[in-house]
Amino acid sequence: MSLTFLLMDAPYEQARTSTAFRIVDAALRRKVGVRVFAYEGAVSLAMSGQKPHANAVHGRTLEEEAHPTPHAWVSALNELARENGVSFDWVNCGLCVDERGANEVVPCSRRGSPADFWKMNLESANTLVIPTR
Amino acid sequence: MRVLQIIEPAYRATLEEQDDTVLWFTRAIRAAGAPADVLLCGTAVNYSVRGQDAEGFRVGGWSQHHPPAIEHEINKLIESGARVAALSEDLAERGIQTDSMLPGIEVLSRKSLGGLCAQYDRIWKW
Repeated sequence: MSLTFLLMDAPYEQARTSTAFRIVDAALRRKVGVRVFAYEGAVSLAMSGQKPHANAVHGRTLEEEAHPTPHAWVSALNELARENGVSFDWVNCGLCVDERGANEVVPCSRRGSPADFWKMNLESANTLVIPTR
Repeated sequence: MRVLQIIEPAYRATLEEQDDTVLWFTRAIRAAGAPADVLLCGTAVNYSVRGQDAEGFRVGGWSQHHPPAIEHEINKLIESGARVAALSEDLAERGIQTDSMLPGIEVLSRKSLGGLCAQYDRIWKW
């Protein structure tokens, strides 16, 4: 059994992003395979160039701050799926990648198109679209 | 597997994208075999109005050659066999009369939403 999710928000903008990752995490922990189609700004979630930073306002060093990066979350979900023996497929909309120059992504993600989303949907028990606003 | 795409936000990044990203996505998945229809509600009911023209966008010396053509996109969806509908209450709130609308767009009341959704296997609200 698997579920498909379409995400649309760019990183560091909306609570929808962290909520979506938590839902995917919960599904994988219950041994449900997950397919994610990243559309528009969401293709930046998997960009490998994201870097954590120190935070002077918090008074914390780089190591102490441990700032989250969404690409690390994508990789962590992929690892969680592997540990639980279920599938995990993260597809970035190719045209959206080109528009944003978001080509450098974590290796557990791949390039695709809306046709891939439709195929993912057909192969899943259900599909949740989480659009931007 | 029938799909209903419910579109509410309108004109979101349409100048940058030269399109509405959800209408574009709907046309793309239909081309991949998805029997997807569209319901316009909220501000997106304005997509049903005839004669919209987004030309004239300029930034410095750069001008947009192919502005978004929502009317064209809606017509292409209808021509491809998609059902496109708009909510009557949301049209009325915005003063949109049926004689200003593109031909082929159904007008449905909010009361009919339950029955409409029951006709589809997937409801995706954008």
